Amino acid sequence: MIYRRRASPLHAARAAAGCAWCLALAIATLMASNPIILVAVTLAVLGGGVAAGVGRELCRAALWGLPVALVITVINALVTRDGLTVIVRLGDLPILGHTDVTLEATVYGAMLGLRAMALILCGLLYTLAVDPDEVLRLFRRVSFRSALSASLATRMVPILIRDGRRLAEAQRCRPGPPPSRLALMRAACTGVLDRALDVAAALEVRGYGAARRSPARRAPYSRHDIAFLASAAAIVAVSVVARVDAGAAFAAYPGLRLAAAPDAAVLAVLLAAAALLPFADRRGLAR
Amino acid sequence: MTAVTLRGVSYTYPGAAAPALRDVTIEVAPGELVLLAGGSGSGKSTLLRVISGLAPHFHGGTFAGRAVVAGMDTRDHGPGELAHAVGTLFQDPETQVVTSTVRAELAFGLENRGRHPAQVARGVEEAALALAIDQLLERSTAELSGGELQRVALGAALAGRPEVVVLDEPTSQLDPVAGDELIGLLRRVNEDSDATIILAEHRLERCLGAADRVVALAGGAIVCDASPEEFLAWAGRQAPNLQTPGAKLLAGVGLPPAAGVKRARAALRRADLLPAGPDGAEQEWSAPRGAARSSWRARRRAGAGASAPALAFERVWHELRSGPAILRDVSLTVAPGERVALMGRNGAGKSTLLRHAARLLAPTRGRVTAAGRVALLLQNPTDYLVHETVAAEAPAPALDLVGLGGAAFAVRHPRDLSGGEKQRLALAIVLGDHGDAATRPAVVCLDEPTRGMDRDHKQELADLLCRLGAAVVVATHDPEFAAAFAQRVVLLADGAPIADGSAAEVLAGGSYFATETARILGGAGGALTPGDGAALIAQRAAAREAIA
Repeated sequence: MIYRRRASPLHAARAAAGCAWCLALAIATLMASNPIILVAVTLAVLGGGVAAGVGRELCRAALWGLPVALVITVINALVTRDGLTVIVRLGDLPILGHTDVTLEATVYGAMLGLRAMALILCGLLYTLAVDPDEVLRLFRRVSFRSALSASLATRMVPILIRDGRRLAEAQRCRPGPPPSRLALMRAACTGVLDRALDVAAALEVRGYGAARRSPARRAPYSRHDIAFLASAAAIVAVSVVARVDAGAAFAAYPGLRLAAAPDAAVLAVLLAAAALLPFADRRGLAR
Repeated sequence: MTAVTLRGVSYTYPGAAAPALRDVTIEVAPGELVLLAGGSGSGKSTLLRVISGLAPHFHGGTFAGRAVVAGMDTRDHGPGELAHAVGTLFQDPETQVVTSTVRAELAFGLENRGRHPAQVARGVEEAALALAIDQLLERSTAELSGGELQRVALGAALAGRPEVVVLDEPTSQLDPVAGDELIGLLRRVNEDSDATIILAEHRLERCLGAADRVVALAGGAIVCDASPEEFLAWAGRQAPNLQTPGAKLLAGVGLPPAAGVKRARAALRRADLLPAGPDGAEQEWSAPRGAARSSWRARRRAGAGASAPALAFERVWHELRSGPAILRDVSLTVAPGERVALMGRNGAGKSTLLRHAARLLAPTRGRVTAAGRVALLLQNPTDYLVHETVAAEAPAPALDLVGLGGAAFAVRHPRDLSGGEKQRLALAIVLGDHGDAATRPAVVCLDEPTRGMDRDHKQELADLLCRLGAAVVVATHDPEFAAAFAQRVVLLADGAPIADGSAAEVLAGGSYFATETARILGGAGGALTPGDGAALIAQRAAAREAIA
């Protein structure tokens, strides 16, 4: 689950454009109050992932995200007292008190779960398709050290996973009873500190301690940069319109109301199209 | 004008009882390639850390004397400022790479110096071309091999053409081919850019031929500062553990030492002592894979009547899901008590084979059988150390066996031990209760146990492996170590054995996976060690005299 350069328009776009596009999708997810729009955004994120060549990773994350969405749905259904259509009467429960599960709370919980999953997918798409080194360069003029720390933390994850695997393998090679979890935890923490010390020394000798602000790099905007920036703007614009227009068409409480809204369907199609159109142009992908 | 000047430098790490450097005075001229020699703990790495400014700015401790690098006094300038003039490369490339693509990695140091983007772009291209990594520029650093990663780390150190480059055992994790390539690259960079290069290495035979000057350290002090030939002559008298096999060979036949295979061979040729080419060894070396397999069959047939093998791989495959096959139809048997060296390039499948032996991995096809427990010591001994004292880590008989018995070691913290001691402790852990016949391992496997070890420690380990009594399989990149302990050498390439024979047959039959003695003598007589080589030369000279 790390960035790897692939031949896709999203990978070919500059980090600023990629960031803006992923952020626009996240904003659209948060603003979507109509389930049709929310489903369209989720599908757009998944479609974007497939078009960017990271569909398998996104689908795997979606599978992991399903239980999270389910938990959110169940919790909302159990704790919300609103809604008129009771589907299950659970009676008096410890802590929760008298609990009736309503259709409205369940549907609204499912929307919250879907929104959470869509946000996770947006974050993952950013991780997989936006070059962290370019992001570092983007933010270094604002706060170089913070940007580097974030970038390093991302890079340390696979290294620490490998270290953990090595430690586990070494312990499997020990004859006799395995060491206690506390001892293993202590060893793992010591290993992490050693690693951090090595990386800190490497940073020092690469001039990080005396880093100077380098002049801004002015690279010409490629067709993919322009396409994704325009797409991001379009996604946000459509989301605002959808919030104002189609948002009123849906209400969860007190009773479910999804008015026949051709506008919502049209806006959903527009949003998905705005998000996925930049992937149609596949010229100039290789660097 | 000197590139590096150290005057009376002494340095003690925080909390250390003794100084790591004592009154070191040295001057290095611009464009020199200086090799630092010395055993473990002699002060080589500390000297490099003083030059790069890490000592004392990063590590703390007590510093005395004066160090001036590229005109900057290290008391006034920290490693960040020194990085403008000094490129540094450590042992482990994985911890030195801080960005996610090769291009960004090469640009990182230049950007930190505040260079203009056009200068950064040019510096990246030049470093990439100099090290032949231009095809890797867009690759993710997470998917590079060890050799590629080390090359990228070197490129990052060289980007922007630093005046001084310091390297701490840069070849210790590389196979002989990649190691030789790296030394060749360094020499070329040194000649092309006039950079001063200061290199610490244990495998002196690998880089002595490229060095202009050798500085030997012992106990933190400089004990020799001379040309490579003078250093070898000094080592012959004062520090035999620093003498290269080639120098020992020449000394054995009464010739003065020469640095590097080419010069040693020339010296023997001048004295009319160079034996004619290989006799029979080359046939085994160039044997095709089928022949290697038939050799195994012959072994198995021969072994069928004898005792059961300690370890047997039968047509073992290891295929990654959606990836390449790491092992391809490997068939090997190891007899009880047999000592086998597994050799091959990085990624040839050595470590995977050992993991199969210890059942950490299961073959996707084929079968692995063992006569008893298989003890496996993986590459990083620190991964085994989880307790607070040495005594808590392993049973007393195993500690005695590896030389870590006694009260002095028992109470020490495992992470405070030296590298060689950690290696021995990890070996004691995997051996378990060696005194108990029921739990004693039938096979002991070690994965690259000599990384960063000096010659003395390697010899100690080789002796220990010979004493174990169990079958021993060691994956190693070090031909000298293989020659010291192995009865048999299996050479792997692309996941399959391509040569399998006695150590003399395999290690004398090539140029990369061969000892220095074998390289000098061109594989003649299958001589691997200086003693064998000198005896062969004397024998052939006597035969010639008899004919004359």
